[in-house]
Amino acid sequence: MRLRSRFRLTPAWTPYVLILPFLLLFLVFNLFPLLFSLFLAFHSWEPTSGLTAMQFVGFDNFGFALGDEWFWKSLRNTLWMALASGVPQHLVAIPLACFVHSALRRGRDWVVGAFFLPYITSTVAIAILFSALFSTDYGLINLGLQGLRHLPLIGAAFPAEPVDWMGRPEYIKPAISLVVFWRYLGFNMVLYLAALQTIPGDLYEAARLDGAGPLRQFWFITLPSLKPMIFFAVTLSVIGGLQLFEEPFILTGGRGGSDQAGMSTAIYLYRMAFDFNDFGAASAMSWLLFFLVAALTALTNRAFRARGPAS
Amino acid sequence: MHTHRLAPWAAYTVVGVGALIMLAPFWFMFVFATHSRTDIFSLPPPLVFGHDFAANLGILTSHLPFWRNLGISLYVALASTAFTLLFCSMGGYAFAMFEFRFKDALFALVMGTMLVPSFMNMIPTFMIMDALGWIDQPRALFIPGAANAFGIFLMRQFVGSSIPPELVEAARMDGCGELGIYWRIVLPLLRPALGTLGLITFIASWNNFIGPLIVMRSPEMYTLPLALRALQSPVDTEWGALMTGSAIATIPLLLLFLASSRQLISGLTTGAVK
Repeated sequence: MRLRSRFRLTPAWTPYVLILPFLLLFLVFNLFPLLFSLFLAFHSWEPTSGLTAMQFVGFDNFGFALGDEWFWKSLRNTLWMALASGVPQHLVAIPLACFVHSALRRGRDWVVGAFFLPYITSTVAIAILFSALFSTDYGLINLGLQGLRHLPLIGAAFPAEPVDWMGRPEYIKPAISLVVFWRYLGFNMVLYLAALQTIPGDLYEAARLDGAGPLRQFWFITLPSLKPMIFFAVTLSVIGGLQLFEEPFILTGGRGGSDQAGMSTAIYLYRMAFDFNDFGAASAMSWLLFFLVAALTALTNRAFRARGPAS
Repeated sequence: MHTHRLAPWAAYTVVGVGALIMLAPFWFMFVFATHSRTDIFSLPPPLVFGHDFAANLGILTSHLPFWRNLGISLYVALASTAFTLLFCSMGGYAFAMFEFRFKDALFALVMGTMLVPSFMNMIPTFMIMDALGWIDQPRALFIPGAANAFGIFLMRQFVGSSIPPELVEAARMDGCGELGIYWRIVLPLLRPALGTLGLITFIASWNNFIGPLIVMRSPEMYTLPLALRALQSPVDTEWGALMTGSAIATIPLLLLFLASSRQLISGLTTGAVK
């Protein structure tokens, strides 16, 4: 092998030619925009006045963002919705995956498919449908809640009046979170199913011989074995949850809803750029949000490292 | 199997009800697509198919260049798929089979950008497209998308695991040119991975909303998601037509999913499992 390559049977240019088209696009449309966005964050510029009107302003844009009440509000909204949609995703997906893994023989593909389908469908189409389902007087979600009120015992826990999901600030975030939860539940379930398949069956066998019941087996075998996947899946949820854009954008008609209760940070920086024409401030905000994503990812990493003795 | 001793019917009931709840929104999307706005917002709301599909379609096509929007969506998704498959298979093959300068650093950089949130590039991408004169041009959507980090990752994995270097070496000894090796030997062997990446790329492009939102400004150039969003208005939304449009946008995805759900699911979760 080594001899052959010294004879240069392979022309030296081969890998460069193969990689060139990809590399070119990557540099122009992935790497350069990132650097350019950093540059923009330190400049003041209005799109109407041409590229020459760009002015260096130091940290002004960052100062403006950090002093902007709406920016903080959008961050709180984003965190709220990321938690409210993200945490239940995993709390439901893990037991669900275990259940499907251990109890389902036939028809498993169909069940997995049904749960996974929302993940691949158009967010816009889905969000449009949900805005009809969330309608106050005629929406099926409120009708369902009214129906549940007739249940004995737990019925009283459901609202007596139809909920104004999209009109009242306090209901917008739960409604958006529900749609996000619905969309990503199946994706997480598939991740956990894949991880469950790698746990050796004799571990359970041994545990059973030692007299461990299903709950103890879940706690001492399944959960520790799933830990790397939980870390990975939670990281994806953190990154995805903090860039929430399409669901709230469509459900609130692009403006963030009444009292901006559904305005995520990604929506706010979109509006800052394209509605308010302040590209510098919007870029500064995108970097601040990026740092938040990075910090929270690192935090997740640390949380999973700290717990449990060895993994 | 090992943990639970639940009666099968109970297991199927629990999971089956869950699956029905997950699928219910799709049912209502298609049911609402066949009802007028007044039907959708009446008590009780429709639960089964109605007769207003054609009427809704009429409203849809009178408010929007709907078929043109559908055509643009299709064109962008197909072009995006073709370019991504070509460039990512070339790049992935190079990363897997060759040694070259800065290879490891470059690969790490490419993988690193996979973690960069999409909102980071929103503003600079608009400015670049504006400077290039690509606003309202379909190529503003499918050219940048071809530099797909996930595609490079997938192709490199697949070349590394399923194309023996001896095969490439043998072809070289037989006098096959380097690009000929790629085109006639590597590409055909990559078919399963190309299928997976193709499906994922097509679906991502078809559903893409932020990209077109940034670069497509006139209604004649809208893709389907943008067109549907344009029909949404605070005062007078044509809900029946909007549902018909949403249903039509969803049908191709359902068909693709029915035909290839296993391949699609394992492809979309590859990064996690490997």
